[in-house]
Amino acid sequence: MIPLDDTVLQALLVAVVAVPLLGAVAALLPAPPGLRGRGPDQAVLRHGVTVTGVVLLGTVLLALGFDHDRSGTMQAESDVSWIPALDVRLHFGIDGISLPLLVLTALLAFLCALYSYARMPAGPGPKAFVALILLLECGTLATFAVLDLMLFFLAFEMVLVPMYFLIARWGGQGRGPAAWKFILYTLLGSVVMLLGLLLLGLNAGTFDMAAIARGQGAGLGHTTQVLAALAIGLGLAVKAPMWPLHSWLPGAHTAAPTVGSVLLACVLLKMGTYGFVRIVLPGVPEGAHTFAPYLAAFAVVGIVYGSLACLALALPSSDRSWRRFAPQSSPGAQGDLKRLIAYSSVGHMGFVLLGIATLTHTGVNGALYANLAHGLVTGLLFFLVGALKDRAGTSDLDALAGTTGAALYGRAPRLGGLLAFGAVASLGLPGLAGFWGELLALLGAYHPAAGLSRPAFLVFLALGALGTLLTAAYMLLVVRRVCMGDPAAPTSVPGLTKVPDVRGAEFAAWTPLVVLTVLAGLWPAALLGLMDPAVQSLLPGVTR
Amino acid sequence: MTLHTAVLHGPHGAAPSATAQGAYELAHSAAAQGTQGTQGVHRLVQNVDWAAIAPPAIVAVAALVVLVADLFLTERRKGLLGPLSAVALALATLSLLPLAGEDRHTFCLTAGPRACSYVADPFTLSLQLLVLGGAFVTALLSMTPVRQERLPAGEFWFLLLSSASGAALLPASRDLATLVVALEVASLPAFALVGLRRGQRLSSEAALKFFLSSVAATAVMLLGVSFVYAATGSMHLETVAEALPRVDSRLGTLAATGVALTLVGFAFKTAAAPFHFWVPDTYVGAPVPVAAYLSVVGKAAGFSGLILVAVRAFPSYADAWGPVLAVLAALTMSAGNLGALRQRSDRAHGAVRLLAWSSVGQAGYLLVPIAAAGVTGHDGRAVGATVAYALMYAVVNLGAFAVVAAHRPPGGDGRLDDYRGLARSHPWTAAALAFFLLCLAGLPPGIVGLFAKVTVFSTAVDAGLGWLAVVMAVNVVIALVYYLTWTALLFRPAVREPAGAGPTPVPVAIPLPLTVTVALTSVLALATSGAPQLLLRFADIALF
Repeated sequence: MIPLDDTVLQALLVAVVAVPLLGAVAALLPAPPGLRGRGPDQAVLRHGVTVTGVVLLGTVLLALGFDHDRSGTMQAESDVSWIPALDVRLHFGIDGISLPLLVLTALLAFLCALYSYARMPAGPGPKAFVALILLLECGTLATFAVLDLMLFFLAFEMVLVPMYFLIARWGGQGRGPAAWKFILYTLLGSVVMLLGLLLLGLNAGTFDMAAIARGQGAGLGHTTQVLAALAIGLGLAVKAPMWPLHSWLPGAHTAAPTVGSVLLACVLLKMGTYGFVRIVLPGVPEGAHTFAPYLAAFAVVGIVYGSLACLALALPSSDRSWRRFAPQSSPGAQGDLKRLIAYSSVGHMGFVLLGIATLTHTGVNGALYANLAHGLVTGLLFFLVGALKDRAGTSDLDALAGTTGAALYGRAPRLGGLLAFGAVASLGLPGLAGFWGELLALLGAYHPAAGLSRPAFLVFLALGALGTLLTAAYMLLVVRRVCMGDPAAPTSVPGLTKVPDVRGAEFAAWTPLVVLTVLAGLWPAALLGLMDPAVQSLLPGVTR
Repeated sequence: MTLHTAVLHGPHGAAPSATAQGAYELAHSAAAQGTQGTQGVHRLVQNVDWAAIAPPAIVAVAALVVLVADLFLTERRKGLLGPLSAVALALATLSLLPLAGEDRHTFCLTAGPRACSYVADPFTLSLQLLVLGGAFVTALLSMTPVRQERLPAGEFWFLLLSSASGAALLPASRDLATLVVALEVASLPAFALVGLRRGQRLSSEAALKFFLSSVAATAVMLLGVSFVYAATGSMHLETVAEALPRVDSRLGTLAATGVALTLVGFAFKTAAAPFHFWVPDTYVGAPVPVAAYLSVVGKAAGFSGLILVAVRAFPSYADAWGPVLAVLAALTMSAGNLGALRQRSDRAHGAVRLLAWSSVGQAGYLLVPIAAAGVTGHDGRAVGATVAYALMYAVVNLGAFAVVAAHRPPGGDGRLDDYRGLARSHPWTAAALAFFLLCLAGLPPGIVGLFAKVTVFSTAVDAGLGWLAVVMAVNVVIALVYYLTWTALLFRPAVREPAGAGPTPVPVAIPLPLTVTVALTSVLALATSGAPQLLLRFADIALF
């Protein structure tokens, strides 16, 4: 769109990854004179907004300078040797798949910094908080921008420690165990993934992701491919998360501070699915082919399980017959709205994994689309629920709903309206972001890649479609119980009687998400046109 | 002292032997070499490459100087011995510089097959760097404790330097006798160092435990060495390696027993799995710098001996010791990490005990590349990963011990709970310790630890030791629990004193040498994290 020199693009991409890291270090140092603001806390929070803002600007410039006619090829590529002993190279580059994820990450990090500037979560001082957010941003941006397997692993690991501390230090009830579960589970996953990456890299003779993708598994034996796909896939599936490896997710989401939940759902989970598309599909095609039916089966179970769990959480606890399906992990968290959205993430990521498992262009495009849509919509929902919890003091659905419903439409119309919007977008209403991805993923399952059992995938398709129905059911139930009701009815939650409506900073943080959700729903061609050439070059031998 | 043994074993490497075969070969080779009296053609006195032997020699001479100087210095002046020793160690480390990149041999047989007792090749130099650098840091670390705990200065510095000279000689020795003597020169002073805190029950108990287990190992090893000598008629590693496959079939059992016993002896010295029980008690009983010294330099000595014997002398038995070492590695890392996991944070000496168990676990990782070298069988390139990992471990473990030595609240007994609130009272020290612990755990931002682990993993995967890689992966996750628990403790608020317990204690100033140590190790760890190639290059070059 705007012609930028290739060197400028390279520098931009490296800067986008490096600036958050430098910002994280700078956040720990005392503010220089002139930038002290109204006090050290305010200064460091402002620093966070500035740095994430600069990074967002950088990614937007990248998107503008990106040659959209060649989105199938790597652009802004820079390649410098870093550790010759391990053949690790500082190799960066973006194509049509990573560019949207890069922009999404930068956008959400910026919105999170903006939101924390207005509402710093309760806990120790903001200095470390800002540093950790920036470190997290650096890790995720690097994951999407690197083209070296070892560097990918490094970036993958980089988010663990910051996220652990974000949950353990600024989280809510049950944060200690939740943070432990998060880091141990995902570390186990990523170490297993490392074994797979080493197997792949050592056998392929290179750790260059672009070269491995071009090779399409050439020179790798069948056993190697299957083993590598299994190990890498397991690591990514923990992160994605795929049922039954998802059990770290609800706890982590429930306990994390709002900003942590948003980043976890919208950014960290994407790293798993991105790895599938970038490494597993092109790198070990035979292995991917072997495991595709299992992946699809687990994905579909995840869709149905996630929506059933959500339904059980959404129903009033007096409905005992339904309660039996509810995940009974921690007392006091039953009917928790944050938990509900976390489980809905399991369902949504199920669609993404189903799309990937079809091994077709349609399916993978759908998966990537659903990936982005989930980032926008679930981010918005976590923001809204976090705001509600801040105001009411609880996010327990039963307590909020009382006898008639929480009546947010009456008490705080804008908040209620946004929540309804998020819920409807999440259930995949046509015209909003959530629709296209799920549709394309299901469409891909209708005609899976050659060699995959079509009847099996048709069953998966039917179950996935059932999942969308269940999703609609629980999302509408949530809307009915939270947004509707009688505002005059007595409520047991004191914070709900005079609940303040959306504030300025919140508006600023949420509007971009709402606008993008609508845009992505109305104009899918813009994104699909960007991603499709890249998907085609990753899956060259497939017709559909 | 070490110098003399090395000299003795050059020309007079042939000593009386137990078996007829050995005696025959001995006479034969002696006749061929003509080093013995009757023929007397060749020179008995040979040129010694002083530059090559400078690193251990400087330290040995300094040890004697310190011993003598101690007699003449008044009590007030004994403080000079510490700086003197540190300077000697620094000089010895610097004397490695002119040798870099060269391959020097000295104390060679003057006739017959070319076999040398002292070789300064990249393997030797990298381990000497580790040993001497580690001893230098230990010396810095010891300045304050020697004064505070009223340890006898003359003895302490003499013992430390003697032990370091033995440990520095060890990687250079290329015959079994020099190896054994060097190992004993390294260990004997260490027993005394452990028991140096006179009148403390814990200290003498620790010394006794260490002494008994180590002496048992030496006895087993000596028996093994004598068997090997009996079977092959040679002490030089190269000659042994050539002779072992061609041993007379009647002596096959003897040779195999000798190989097994020698390896068991060295495994004992590395504190590999069933022989690790002395480690925690010894470390806790010893003065903190001595524990640091044992965990880094003592371990390096054991490992260099094991590598030399296994890879250089017994390659023909690689198909036997390779898998055995793999099992030992798995056992060692599991035992160490599970032991560390069991440590409670309120137990006395918890910090040192944790580091002791973690050092056992890390020894397991160090064994992996040696096992891989045995399994793959070609020229032991894989052991470079052990060297690189050991260097990384030396830097960060010494750093962690330095913080432990620095952070000794008055009246505290080194519980982990004492580290609560360190981030508030000493932010830089806390940050350094957190960084060291994350390096040990192998998680970013401890990048050097991460890539050192990746190097070890890649040797295992490359050798087809998939099961070992998986065991190691699980261990990495277990280890994270205790490293991260400790890291998280640093950032917790300190335990509140019961009301009325008096004014809050003023933060204790950390003595200068300890500050320098922490700063030095931090800078090294940070620099190698930015450029891991500095350490990992040892994993990539031909060491022998």
